Amino acid sequence: MATYNTSEFRKGLKVQIDGEPYLMIECNFVKPGKGQALYKCRLKNLVRNTVLDRTYKSGDSIEAADVEEIQTQFLYRQGDQFVFMDNNTYEQYELSKDQVDDAWKYLKEGMNCAMVLFNGRPISVTPPNHVVLRVEYCEPGARGNTATNVTKPCTVETGAEMSVPAFVEMGDLIKVDTRTGEYIERVKE
Amino acid sequence: MPKPSPKRDGFHPAASWEVLRLRAKLLRRVRAFFDQRGFLEVETPLLSADTVVDRHLDPFCVELGAEASRSAAAGPQPRWLQTSPEFAMKRLLAAGGEAIYQITRAFRRGEIGPLHNPEFTIVEWYRVGDTMAAGIARLGELAVELLECPPPEVVTYRDVFLERISLDPLTAETAELEQAARQRLPAVPESFAPDDRDGWLDLLLSECIQPDLGRGRPVVVCDYPVSQAALAMVRPTDPPVAARFELFAQGLELANGYLELLDAAVLRDRMKSANAWRLRDGKSALPESNRLLAAMEAGLPRCVGVALGFDRVVMLRAGENDIRRVMAFPFHIA
Repeated sequence: MATYNTSEFRKGLKVQIDGEPYLMIECNFVKPGKGQALYKCRLKNLVRNTVLDRTYKSGDSIEAADVEEIQTQFLYRQGDQFVFMDNNTYEQYELSKDQVDDAWKYLKEGMNCAMVLFNGRPISVTPPNHVVLRVEYCEPGARGNTATNVTKPCTVETGAEMSVPAFVEMGDLIKVDTRTGEYIERVKE
Repeated sequence: MPKPSPKRDGFHPAASWEVLRLRAKLLRRVRAFFDQRGFLEVETPLLSADTVVDRHLDPFCVELGAEASRSAAAGPQPRWLQTSPEFAMKRLLAAGGEAIYQITRAFRRGEIGPLHNPEFTIVEWYRVGDTMAAGIARLGELAVELLECPPPEVVTYRDVFLERISLDPLTAETAELEQAARQRLPAVPESFAPDDRDGWLDLLLSECIQPDLGRGRPVVVCDYPVSQAALAMVRPTDPPVAARFELFAQGLELANGYLELLDAAVLRDRMKSANAWRLRDGKSALPESNRLLAAMEAGLPRCVGVALGFDRVVMLRAGENDIRRVMAFPFHIA
């Protein structure tokens, strides 16, 4: 297994700790003139998005993580399994609802998604920043109310619930920011 | 930390002209300071057959090439880029030098970061006959001159630990040091050996104590643990301490000084011990023979020596937090 020595440490390095992939987001070199050199690192867990602080002394090493990002297309959902296809190799990947995380709310068949592979296995998918979804169900809106600060819940075609302004009607198409889960605007067919 | 961004054409300096003018002004002040006090400016080789043997200092090794190795005049192989001018300056003292200084380049492999450049500028001076107190006082005067700050406060290594982390660094068990580090720090290196006393002390000093050292007024920390004597004499107090001192300002380590070790036999022992640690750390041993030993055997007079990291002084004066911004061409664009 490939490893990185402290002399190779730098921001952006992808490493493996306790079997999980991490991205080095900070690395500070500290050394007293006559003392031990230390590398103070901040690492982001690429599966759980948690942050870990680790300090290494010079000469230490960390296992390299085989992490790559590929472009995929979402094919279909079967129960709690989500099936994607690598746009280049046509290889198919099946992800559980846990692995897909919040992305399931936005996945429509044929949508392009970035996928991160760790040791060849998918660990996360990221839908486009903006997606358009059809409103399947919501309470009728108060006629003439165009205020965007009065909101109500709705269910969209993927089965996810989200909050929309009161004037949105069943059957409308809405644009959503997938990074925040927030409604942006109503769009025409 | 903002990353210095050399302009796209790739030849521009990392420091502004304003900072480069400040460097020049501070260099003139250093020279004026020592000239006024009767110190002689000297120059010694950057490339030497001798190198300091320190557990944590890694010199660059330079191959002389085929022509030089065939010529007896080239002398021993290989050569090392100096990590400080210490050995050569002490040879001058043993040969009659009394008060000498130099402004030179030092090179340390693997030291690169916001406070480290592998090639940096050292101001180093020695004066025969000085006591440690006199040496500390002179360092204080130079600090006032360069930093335009109040005179440094002098505290012992022991007191600085007691005051800030309530731990006696000279008498605490190594396990207590480890425990204190694990309690106070979010992460400690897993590879630290439980018996690596100096490793734990360094970790506590640089992570828990140093960040606040010398805020407002600089601090000289003196009387280091004997295990960190490096090239300092040991004072037979109870417990004994190393006659070593360091200057800190705004959390930055600026200078290191010794009441110099004079005994060649002790130096031999320390080099042996440093090399044993280097091997344990997975590094190569460094040569234990050098001309400083001959100078010490011939008689190195009692003296104090100090080395000051000039680039960090410029950082403090320029208000920069990245050493690359006070050098025309730091390592990444050198």
